[in-house]
Amino acid sequence: MTQLVWLIPVLPLVGFLLTGLLRNYLSKSLTSVIGCGTILLAFVLSVLIFGEVRQAGAQPVTVTLFDFITVGNLQIPFAFLVDQLSVLFLLIITGVGFLIHLYSTSYMHEEDGPQFARYFAYLNLFVFSMLLLVLGSNFVILFIGWEGVGLCSYLLIGYWFKNLDFGNAAKKAFIMNRIGDLGFLIAIFLMINKFGSVDFSDVFSKAPGTAVGYLTAITMLLFVGATGKSAQIPLYTWLPDAMAGPTPVSALIHAATMVTAGIYMIARSHVLYDLTPATQTVVAVIGLATALLAASIALKQNDIKKVLAYSTVSQLGYMFLGLGVGAYTGAVFHVMTHAFFKALLFLGAGSVIHAMGGEQDMRKMGGLGKKLKITNITFLLGCIAIAGIPPFSGFFSKDEILSAAYAKSPIYYAVGVFTALLTAFYMFRLYATTFMGGFRGTHEQEHHLHESPPAMTIPLMVLAVLAVVAGFLGIPEAMAPNAHVLGHYLAPVFGDVNSGGVPGDAASGAEISHGTEWGLMGVSVLLALIGTFVAVVRFSKKPDLAEPTGFGKVLANKWYVDEFYNAIIVKPLGLLAQFLVFFDKNIIDGIVNGVGRLVQYGSRQLRLIQSGQVGGYVLLMVVGIIVLFLVELFIKK
Amino acid sequence: MPINYYIFLSVTLFCIGVAGVLTRRNAIIIFMCVELMLNAVNLLLVAFSKMQFHALGATRPQAGIDAQIFVFFIMVVAAAEVSVGLAVIVMMYRNTHSIDVNFLNRLKH
Repeated sequence: MTQLVWLIPVLPLVGFLLTGLLRNYLSKSLTSVIGCGTILLAFVLSVLIFGEVRQAGAQPVTVTLFDFITVGNLQIPFAFLVDQLSVLFLLIITGVGFLIHLYSTSYMHEEDGPQFARYFAYLNLFVFSMLLLVLGSNFVILFIGWEGVGLCSYLLIGYWFKNLDFGNAAKKAFIMNRIGDLGFLIAIFLMINKFGSVDFSDVFSKAPGTAVGYLTAITMLLFVGATGKSAQIPLYTWLPDAMAGPTPVSALIHAATMVTAGIYMIARSHVLYDLTPATQTVVAVIGLATALLAASIALKQNDIKKVLAYSTVSQLGYMFLGLGVGAYTGAVFHVMTHAFFKALLFLGAGSVIHAMGGEQDMRKMGGLGKKLKITNITFLLGCIAIAGIPPFSGFFSKDEILSAAYAKSPIYYAVGVFTALLTAFYMFRLYATTFMGGFRGTHEQEHHLHESPPAMTIPLMVLAVLAVVAGFLGIPEAMAPNAHVLGHYLAPVFGDVNSGGVPGDAASGAEISHGTEWGLMGVSVLLALIGTFVAVVRFSKKPDLAEPTGFGKVLANKWYVDEFYNAIIVKPLGLLAQFLVFFDKNIIDGIVNGVGRLVQYGSRQLRLIQSGQVGGYVLLMVVGIIVLFLVELFIKK
Repeated sequence: MPINYYIFLSVTLFCIGVAGVLTRRNAIIIFMCVELMLNAVNLLLVAFSKMQFHALGATRPQAGIDAQIFVFFIMVVAAAEVSVGLAVIVMMYRNTHSIDVNFLNRLKH
């Protein structure tokens, strides 16, 4: 079965080719069937492979398809690595991907045929690239997928390409990602230089004997790549703008899968990170700073998707905190639960936007709970999950990261738990403003309000169930011994650390007792409840419609980071570009045109010599001969 | 006779030929001047050949013979050239009733 793993990425690729090439001929229903069907088949295959991999003692399997690059001693096969980590990601990508495809068939239904097919072609191409990313058995295959998802992200953000702002958002996302990708690429070059291979197993087995400085350079550059793809400081600003794309795209690419590629990559190269404590500290600090910054911005956003976008950035920050403190299982666990509840929240927001006829400003919503019952309940479940209230999934994964952070340094924990408070607050601000209170939109909109069709509500319900129960895969050691199913499952990848904590999490549990862990949980739950309560009480009756002032204005303007980047990077680059245009037009073109003009002028002058008078020619010849004679006679050799 | 005399004579002949080609417009005269230049060279070649034979003939009976062979070649080529050239001039006269070379530069236009 494992040998057939290549079918999993090939299926979406086939879907992409069919829907993309035949977009003018396929009917919308046929496009939907191809688009969703290929992903569903891939999901079924993933489940079958999962069945094999989850058995105890399953060894990682490398499936080599063909030689990709063979230069000198460097061999890069096109090979897939099937182990617990990659299969877990396969399940998330194809599972959540299928639900979102299904949702899209209804959400995008107003598009006309070819555009509809184009959307599904991009979406399938994205799933293909993402599967390539997680399946690759070396850094180059991973990088191919990495670039592929970046491309699809660009294409889908700019899906409505007639809107100039959306196109700019797409460009911003692509360029920001390119900055990170450069770091990743240099890291690959460094690996080739040092290890002579980019294969995961080769690199990780040779790493322990290498100088720490060199490894730090590699891991830092890999992390630069991750900050681009996973929207961390300083490259996070593209993700909120990426909300220009259709909402299911935001759910799939910019919440559940693509943005977690950085976490996957670092978790995959955890051997390198374990060897470089300096990089780990940087990862943790950047993750924490991003989590706090994005959460603070989310407090004052009024666009329903922007709140969720900043919330995604913030949650990704948590995952990096987990990676930085060595809680790899916790980070991957959070990737999984976040994929469920954030996809749920985005799809719920999509359902709201659908009902509101395209309105995204939540100041004009309110009281939608009565009309959109299923959306309301599922959205509420998602909010509780992300806020970290037990026994919903977000609580378990967030708590695992926070307790690991506490073991590393209480400061990490303090900032993290404060961010958790903010998370609960802004999520319930969003919920209360949108679904509670009275309706504030136009009369026409109120009349138009309706629950979404089943193709949209079924994914919501499935994701809601997952968002509620997924946490039970990772019950901490303190609650029940040996109940961390996910930890045991991932132990072969992250190494089984014999400690009291979660298997595979080197840092967690080892130093903190169960009593402390209970205390930490209590604090975070208490803070989450406070945040929830305050937000609901404050915003359900009287949402903040007024323009923010003072510090709130700074938050509403996203700490002016975009303006800052514009001033220090975009503007100077623009000036440089203007100068270069001037240089090109005047100096470079001047040289080229000048050479041409010189030749023209010179030949016009030379033409006069060729008069057609034979006598003249003979005279010149004789003069030439005489000159040669004189030279021969008078100039000594 | 010293070799200088031969050299002066043939250089003079050659210069007369060059001057004639440059200044005259009558095709036949130009032709004659060309012949004059060829024969100036022939004279020089023969003179040098003789000089070399005098210098080296005691040991090498063949000395200088190649220059004389050269002269014969030049004479043959000159004869062929004259026949072709005269034919050209005849045709030219038939067509234009003139043998003025400047008259022919109409090819330019």
